[in-house]
Amino acid sequence: MGVGIEVKALNAWYGSNHTLQDIELNIPANHATALIGPSGCGKSTFVRCLNRMHETNPIARVTGTVRIGDLDIYHDISPVEIRRRVGMVFQRPNPFPTMSIYDNVCGGMELNGFRNRRELDEIVERSLRNAALWDEVKDDLKKKSGASLSGGQQQRMCIARALAVDPEVLLMDEPASALDPVSTSKIEDLIFQLKSQYTIVIVTHNMQQAARVAEKTGFFLNGRMVEFDSTHKIFTNPSDKRTEDYITGRFG
Amino acid sequence: MTDLRVPNPVATTLQNGPSESTAPAIGQMPETSTPRGISAVRKYLLSRGNSSGSDRLFAGAMLLCALAIFALVALIAVELVTQSQLSWHAFGLPFFYRYNVDPVTHLPLFWDPVNGVFYALPFIYGTLMTSLVALCIAVPLAIGLAVFLTEMCPRWMRAPLSFFTELLAAIPSVVYGLWAIFVLVPLLREHINPILIPIFNAPILTRTLGWTGLFGDNGLFGGVNLGLGILCGGVILAIMILPIIASLTREVMNSVPNSQREAALALGATRWEMIRMAVLRNARIGIVGSVILGLGRALGETMAVAMVIGNSPEIHLSLLSMGHSMASVIANEFSEATSDMHRSALIEVGLALFLVTIVVNAVARILVWAVTRGTPARVQ
Amino acid sequence: MKGNRGRTLRSLWRSGVDHMATALAILATVLVVAPLIAIFFYLVYKGASSLNWAFFTQIPKPEGEVGGGMANAIVGSAVVLFVASLFGIPIGIGGGIYLAEFGRGTRLANAVRFTADVLNGVPSIVMGIAAFSLIVVPMHHYSALAGGVALGIMMIPTVTRTTEEMLLMVPHSVREAALGLGVPNWRSVISITLKTASPGVITGCMLAFARVAGETAPLLFTALGNQFWSVSLNHEISALPLQIYNYAISPYDDQHRQAWAGSLVLIALIVIAVSLVRFFTSRGTLKGAS
Repeated sequence: MGVGIEVKALNAWYGSNHTLQDIELNIPANHATALIGPSGCGKSTFVRCLNRMHETNPIARVTGTVRIGDLDIYHDISPVEIRRRVGMVFQRPNPFPTMSIYDNVCGGMELNGFRNRRELDEIVERSLRNAALWDEVKDDLKKKSGASLSGGQQQRMCIARALAVDPEVLLMDEPASALDPVSTSKIEDLIFQLKSQYTIVIVTHNMQQAARVAEKTGFFLNGRMVEFDSTHKIFTNPSDKRTEDYITGRFG
Repeated sequence: MTDLRVPNPVATTLQNGPSESTAPAIGQMPETSTPRGISAVRKYLLSRGNSSGSDRLFAGAMLLCALAIFALVALIAVELVTQSQLSWHAFGLPFFYRYNVDPVTHLPLFWDPVNGVFYALPFIYGTLMTSLVALCIAVPLAIGLAVFLTEMCPRWMRAPLSFFTELLAAIPSVVYGLWAIFVLVPLLREHINPILIPIFNAPILTRTLGWTGLFGDNGLFGGVNLGLGILCGGVILAIMILPIIASLTREVMNSVPNSQREAALALGATRWEMIRMAVLRNARIGIVGSVILGLGRALGETMAVAMVIGNSPEIHLSLLSMGHSMASVIANEFSEATSDMHRSALIEVGLALFLVTIVVNAVARILVWAVTRGTPARVQ
Repeated sequence: MKGNRGRTLRSLWRSGVDHMATALAILATVLVVAPLIAIFFYLVYKGASSLNWAFFTQIPKPEGEVGGGMANAIVGSAVVLFVASLFGIPIGIGGGIYLAEFGRGTRLANAVRFTADVLNGVPSIVMGIAAFSLIVVPMHHYSALAGGVALGIMMIPTVTRTTEEMLLMVPHSVREAALGLGVPNWRSVISITLKTASPGVITGCMLAFARVAGETAPLLFTALGNQFWSVSLNHEISALPLQIYNYAISPYDDQHRQAWAGSLVLIALIVIAVSLVRFFTSRGTLKGAS
């Protein structure tokens, strides 16, 4: 089961570029929350701040508080530990190129030193089933390299990999932007099914996608969060003029 | 902790259709009591703790490896300097240019370990002369080869030819030396030198250009034709540095954009004019760099030269005469050094060689780097 | 009319020069390839005719006697190269990891890179002097260890620079995938980045290995050479290049014969070692599984 996320006074920089300014946000547990906005508005930076991936860039800096469940992730816990609790799916599928499908999925476990073969077998099957990929790959789990799958399959494998470590929160940074429409709809179905089990935060530039999968939607613009409300409200009756302009396609 | 939660398989509980539930409050605890309790996966991962200790250790170890490279170069330099102190204090800078005169024969005397005479001039001369001969032979050939490979060669020949030249670089220097002793030396002595000697000693040249000192009995090809000597050392060096110069020159030529070639051809240039104007002119600084890199290799090359140069510490203008190079004298005498001073003098020669190759290599790297990185190095 | 003829003459001249240049380039190519073929021909011709079973099984006979072999030199080379790899490859790979993963863009990394290039250019004979004064002098005797260290130092710059280049070719997204799973950085570097780059890294190590396998100069006054069996790191040891050198400059025909055989074996060993490793690493990556 997922936990909620509470963000207070979050600021982030890349070098001298102030990419996030005073973000305040409460993301509910066990729901999908979409973040929309034009490119470069800071939405990707924002999700990267939720599992401290932002700071892997040497010129990046961040201030403020992010609470996931009852943990202040910037004070109570190390980046490595928080990333084990907060799974992430990236914009482009990024399988470990030298590993089999099996090893890709249990990568998060194996690379953290988990060696129990029987449990790993179980975890791999459960995760691949959850990612709706099991039936397609179950026969050559250890024979095929993860990189030999199609783009859509790779992305679902990456989701399975993120699910395998049993995270509390699943962050998805434009997970379907590099995929074809069929794969995209598969990923969307998946999000729809997963959101009762995990707290999902999905960044997207595709407004229909946000409307289809998310209960809550936040609109980012120029590093600020302009509006955060239920998806229905954002898309039908936004309270901010800029949100309305973006939704109706007047810019971005 | 918020981890007391159900990890029940989603697959069994998947439901379609939008969820009607409203968002729970932040940080709300999920329902506790479940049949399986906290999942084994989560429990395991929570027990792993943070890895900052091992991460720091790893980063430190890698840094140490990088610093070891510094330390090694520094250590080499320090050892060379300290071990050559004895000879440096005894001879000072004149070590590199002075000589004694033999009281009996009145010939210059440079290096006589038995009597404690240590002046390095003949080694410097031998190194320079062999390298010069090597460059004179290797540079035109390497450039010709590179031009042929990049601009003229039929496609099917390109891969085997360049593989073949690269193979030259993989042959150990001692094998070159062996080949030189048993094939090159007789070849020079019996076939090539007998052609060159009459040319350089031709009366017409001696009469008209004799004043240069390059021709006649005391010229470049005067003296006894033994096959061994500076010319032979230079030729074997040329064969050894050819692949280096050729492959780097090729790289530099390949980095000349095709639009330059097309521009020249579009102006009606013949192929050679195109190569000269578009390729060679644009690539020339890189070519100079690769030649200097080849020079760096030639200066430091030891075994092959030591096996054919003749090993005598004298200076003669003739390319047919025996000589000695800085590297070859170390190879020949170091393990049988007669005295501490002898060893120290040899190390001082090594130190000089070390410093010269560092400078030569640095200059070459900068030139090659400037061209292949695309920075405009085309000073007109 | 006159102008016309001038133009024809001029274009004749130009095409003549063009043909000339082509001919010269071809001549240069032939002049480069000819000695190469000659070297390979002599190596195979003289070497193969001198190879026999004794060469691989016996140690050298006393000077002037016919027969014997280079068994001890082959084993000695293996020992010295093993020490060199043990010393040079880990430091080299570690340095490469530092340059690609930790020091990217820092001034220290640039300095390390430059120093590696300097080390690469140090003449091998100078490396021999350095190993002599660093190891032989304090230990008071020549040893296989000293020879191995001298060769190991020479391997470092090649290994470091290829490791760095290969690691930089691993896409950033793969690193992020590992970090995003909460994998410790050290584990991610070793099990993901380095493993992905491993075929290239191994090729770099083999290049370095092949380069030092034929080195003679650094061994002249470190390993020194030995007429007898020895595998001890603490004693002088024979090595193929040393033995080839000693036999090449000796006055005996039978030793010349063995020098040719030794050269052929040396080159064959280098080529076999390199292609074996290439073969196995390429098979490993084709499978795609760990």
